[in-house]
Amino acid sequence: MSEHETPGRSGPDDSFDAAGQPPAEEPGAIEPSPDDALALEKGPQDRDELGVGRGRFLTFILQGNPLIVTVLSLLVALVVGGLLNAFTNTTVLHAWGNFFSAPGSALSLAWDTAIGAYVEMFEGSIFNPHTVAALFQQASFSAAIHDGYLSAVFNPLSETCVQATPLILAGLAVALPYRAGLFNIGAQSQFIGGALLCTYLGYGVNLPVVLHVIVCVLGGFVGGAAMGWIVGELKARTGAHEVIVTIMLNYVMQYLLAYLLSYHYLMQQPGSSNQITSTIEGNAHLPLLFGSHLRINVGFLIALACALGMWWLLSRTTTGFEFRSIGKNPSAARVAGINVERNWVLVMLLAGGLAGLAGSAVIQGTDFSLNFQSYGTYGIDAITVALLGAGRPLGVVLAGLLFGALHAGAPLMQSVTGTPVDMVQVLEAVVVLFVAAPPLIRTIFRLRGAGGVLVVLSKGWNA
Amino acid sequence: MELELKGITKRFGPLVANDRIDLSVAPGQVHALLGENGAGKTTLVNVLYGLLQPDEGQIRLDAKPVKFGSPRDAIAAGIGMVHQHFMLVPVFTVAENVTLGIEETYQLHTVRMGQRISSGVLDRRKTRRDVRELSRRYGLEIDPDAIVENLPVGIQQRVEIVKALVREASVLILDEPTAVLTPAETDDLFRIIKKLSDGGTSVVFISHKLREVQAIADTVTVLRRGAVVGERPPSASADELAALMVGRSVQLRVSKAPAKPGGVVFDVSDLTVTDETGRIWVNGISFEVRAGEILGVAGVQGNGQTELCEALMGLRPTVSGQVTLNGRELTHATPRQRLRAGFAYVPEDRQEDGLIGDFSVADNMVLDVFDQPPFASGINLNLAAIASHAAERVTEFDVRTTSVDTPVGTLSGGNQQKVILARELGREHKLLIASQPTRGLDVGSIEFVHRRIVEQRDQGDAVLIVSAELDEIYALADRIAVMYEGQITGLRSPDVPVEELGRLMAGGSDDEFPAATATPGTPEPGDPETSTPAPGAGQ
Repeated sequence: MSEHETPGRSGPDDSFDAAGQPPAEEPGAIEPSPDDALALEKGPQDRDELGVGRGRFLTFILQGNPLIVTVLSLLVALVVGGLLNAFTNTTVLHAWGNFFSAPGSALSLAWDTAIGAYVEMFEGSIFNPHTVAALFQQASFSAAIHDGYLSAVFNPLSETCVQATPLILAGLAVALPYRAGLFNIGAQSQFIGGALLCTYLGYGVNLPVVLHVIVCVLGGFVGGAAMGWIVGELKARTGAHEVIVTIMLNYVMQYLLAYLLSYHYLMQQPGSSNQITSTIEGNAHLPLLFGSHLRINVGFLIALACALGMWWLLSRTTTGFEFRSIGKNPSAARVAGINVERNWVLVMLLAGGLAGLAGSAVIQGTDFSLNFQSYGTYGIDAITVALLGAGRPLGVVLAGLLFGALHAGAPLMQSVTGTPVDMVQVLEAVVVLFVAAPPLIRTIFRLRGAGGVLVVLSKGWNA
Repeated sequence: MELELKGITKRFGPLVANDRIDLSVAPGQVHALLGENGAGKTTLVNVLYGLLQPDEGQIRLDAKPVKFGSPRDAIAAGIGMVHQHFMLVPVFTVAENVTLGIEETYQLHTVRMGQRISSGVLDRRKTRRDVRELSRRYGLEIDPDAIVENLPVGIQQRVEIVKALVREASVLILDEPTAVLTPAETDDLFRIIKKLSDGGTSVVFISHKLREVQAIADTVTVLRRGAVVGERPPSASADELAALMVGRSVQLRVSKAPAKPGGVVFDVSDLTVTDETGRIWVNGISFEVRAGEILGVAGVQGNGQTELCEALMGLRPTVSGQVTLNGRELTHATPRQRLRAGFAYVPEDRQEDGLIGDFSVADNMVLDVFDQPPFASGINLNLAAIASHAAERVTEFDVRTTSVDTPVGTLSGGNQQKVILARELGREHKLLIASQPTRGLDVGSIEFVHRRIVEQRDQGDAVLIVSAELDEIYALADRIAVMYEGQITGLRSPDVPVEELGRLMAGGSDDEFPAATATPGTPEPGDPETSTPAPGAGQ
C-alpha cells in the first residue's frame, strides 16, 4: 500500500504549489507549471551537472527511467486535472470575471476548487480524519468498535482494495499475454465469460459453505479461460490476429450476456423485468476479511496471489521462459525448438482465466448478481492498468491500487465538492497518455533519455 | 572536392566509437576504410553523412568547415551514401526510386520573368533521361523503367549509386557494398567505382575484406577500436593489413588436417521446399554428409540456401523428399525433435533467429535446453544451474561480456556468435548445420569460429556449412556443393578454381563429369561422390 500512496499523496502537494502560480500570470498556460514543479523538486541549476552536486538520487531522477517517468506522469496528470477542474467550475469562472476588482478571490477559489477535489478523493480512498474524530467521540472504545466506528476509519482503504481487485486481475490478464507478445484487448469478453459461469454456479447449484465459493471461483476462471482459449486457438491455427478476434469477441459476449438476461428460461431473474440474474447464494459470497462493516474480501487476496503467481510463472518456470521467449523474439524461440503456437494458446487461456477471476471477484465479492452492464469498463481499464504497470506483476498491482483509489475516492469527491466523477477518467487518461509517450515527459522535465533511444512501453499490432 | 575529417570523436555513453579520427580524401580517390566489426567504420560514415553528430572534431569540404545536422545537409553538400541495406521502394521503378524526395515536376511560368512554380505534376521523362544518361556514362546498364524488386541485388545497388549521383554527389560512401554480391557482380562494381573515380568522384569504401580493399583502393585507412591505427597503400601485404586490423598477427587460412570421413551421418534425398505462395525454393536436392567431414554449400544468396537450412531444421515444411540422421527418419520432425536427435544449428541471421537480444547471456545459453535437467526439474527453472553453466561456457568460448546477466543484444556480433556456438556445441550433437557462420564478424572472430568448426569435424561431427563467402567455403569445406536456383549445380573438391565455382554459382551447367571431386586424403577415394546423385539430377 505505502508504495502506491506515495505518488498519490505527494502529487497534490508538489504539483499544486506549482499549479497555483501560472493562473496568476497567464490563465490557461499549462506549460510553465511543470517547470515550476521541477524547480521545486530539484532546483534548475543542477541540470547540467549530473551527479556532481546533489549526488546519485538526482542523477537517478534525471536519467528518467520508466519508474520516474510514471511518477512524473502522475504528477502532470494531477496538475492537468486540477487546472481542468478549476477552470470548468462555474463559481470559479464567475470569480475570474471579477478578476480585476478582486483578483485574490479568483485565485483562491481556483486553488480551493482544485485542491478540494483531491482532498475529498484522498479522504474517500485512503484516510478520512473525520472518521477518527467520530471514533473518539464515542462513549467507550469497545462500543465504538462494535458499532463500526473503527471500521469506518479503514473503510476508504477497504474500498480502494475492493475497487482494485478486479482491476488488478483484469490488468494481469492483459499483462501476461503482453509478456508473450500478444495484445489482449479481450479482458471484457473474458470477464463476461467468467462472470456468467460463476453467477450460474452461484445461484443455480446448492453446495456446502466452503466448497461453493471455491467452485464459483473456479467457474469464473474456467469461463474466462474458455474465452481466452478461443482467441489463442484461432491465432495458432488460422493466424487470426488476436487484437481483431478479442475486439469482436467483446461484442459477441456483450450481446450474448444481454440475450441471456432477457429471458426467464435462460438467466433472467424470475419475476423481474430487469436484465439481471438472481442473486447468488450466501454460501458463494467471497468471505469478508475484516468483519461485516468492511467490504474487503478474499478476492483481494486472490488478486495478490495471482500477481505473485504470474511473477513466479514468468521468472521461475520453463513455461514462463517460453512465454518470455516468444514475447521477445518468436523466430529465435521457434528455432530453439519452442512451440510458439502452443504457447499462444496456453497464455491466452491463462489470461482469460485471470479476467474471468476478475468477473468472479465482482460477482462474488460485491455485486452478487450479474446484470447487463456488470462488465463496466474493466476491459479498457485492464489495458491501462497493464500499460501503467509496464506489464509486470508488481507494477500491475500498484497501478490497480492507484486506479482503485481513484475509483473509490470519486463518489465522495462528487458528493462533497460537486466535481463530476468523470474527472477520474480524465486523470486516468492523462496518466496513461504520458506513460505511453515517455518522450513527452522527458521533454517537459528536461530528463535525459536512455541514450536518445525511444523506449516504447506499448507495443501494439505485432504481426 | 576535397574531404577532410579532423579529430572526429563520437561517444555513446561510456563507449568511444570514434576517437579523434583524422581522414582526408582527395578528389577522385578511392579511400578504403578497413576494420573489424565494431571498429567504428559505420559510426564514422554516419557522422560524415549527417546521421550522427560528432561530439568533437570537424568535417571540412575544400578546407571549409561544415556541419551536417541531417543527411539532407550532407546530400546538399555533395555527399552520397549507399547503405548496406538498400533504401529503395521495392514496388517503384528505378526512375521513381531515383527521383524520390527530389521529384522533378513540370514548372509553371508566371507573368514575372524568372519566377517558376511547381505544378505538382511529376515530370517522369526528365528523371528517366537522367538515369539513362548516368547509366551510359558510368556503364551501369540500368533500365529506368524496371521495377526495383525484380532486379538482382547487384543492379539494385547500382540504383542506389545512381540515386547518389543524381543528387550530384562528389563523395560517394559505400558501406560494405560487396557483402551481397557474387564475385562477378563485385567485379562489375569495381569497374563502376573505377569509372566514378576517373570522373573525379571520391569514393569512401568500407569493408573488412582485405582482398577487395587491396583490389580497389588508392589508400587504405585501418580503424581499430574507434581509432585510426594506420594508413597504408593498397600494395601493403594482406598479413600486414590484417595485423593492423586485429592488433596482432592472424592466421588467414585455417590450418586443418585432411578430413577422415566416416560413415554417412546425414542423408538428404530429393528434398523439395516451397514458400507460403508455393514458389519452389529447393528443388529436389540430394546430398549426404559423413562423419568427420565438412560439406560446404556455396552459392549467391537467395538461391534457396536459407530455405534449405530452414527445412532441414523443421522450420519450414518439406514438400517432398527425405531427411535422415544416422538412419533415423526426420523429414517431418519438429525443430525440438531434431535438436534432441542431435542437430546443432547456427542460423544465418543470428539476431533474428539465433538469440533473444533482450535476454541475458545465461538465458540465451540454454535457449534450447532450458527445460532439460539440470536446468529444470518439472516446470521449475534452476536459475543457479543456468548461471553456472553460462559462466563455464563464457570462459570456454571466450565470450567477452561483463557478466552472464548482460543482455546478449549488447554484445558485439562476434561475441553473439560465440554465444550461439557455445550453446549449440555444448549440447549432445552429431550434426552441425551452420549458415553464414561468420557473416559480419571481424577477422579475430572468424578465425575463432572457423577453428571451432574444424574441431567439431575432427571430433567426428558431420558438418554442413552454407556460406556466400567463397573464402570461407575454401577455408573450411572438404567438399563443395554449389547451389543455384534451388538445385545443386555441381559438387567439387576444394581445389576447384574460383572461376569454375563462379560459373556454377551463376547457373552454368555442369558439362564435364565432376572428376575432381574426390577429397584429397579420403580413405575411400571417390566414394562419397559416387554415392551422391549426379548434380542436376533434379532437373
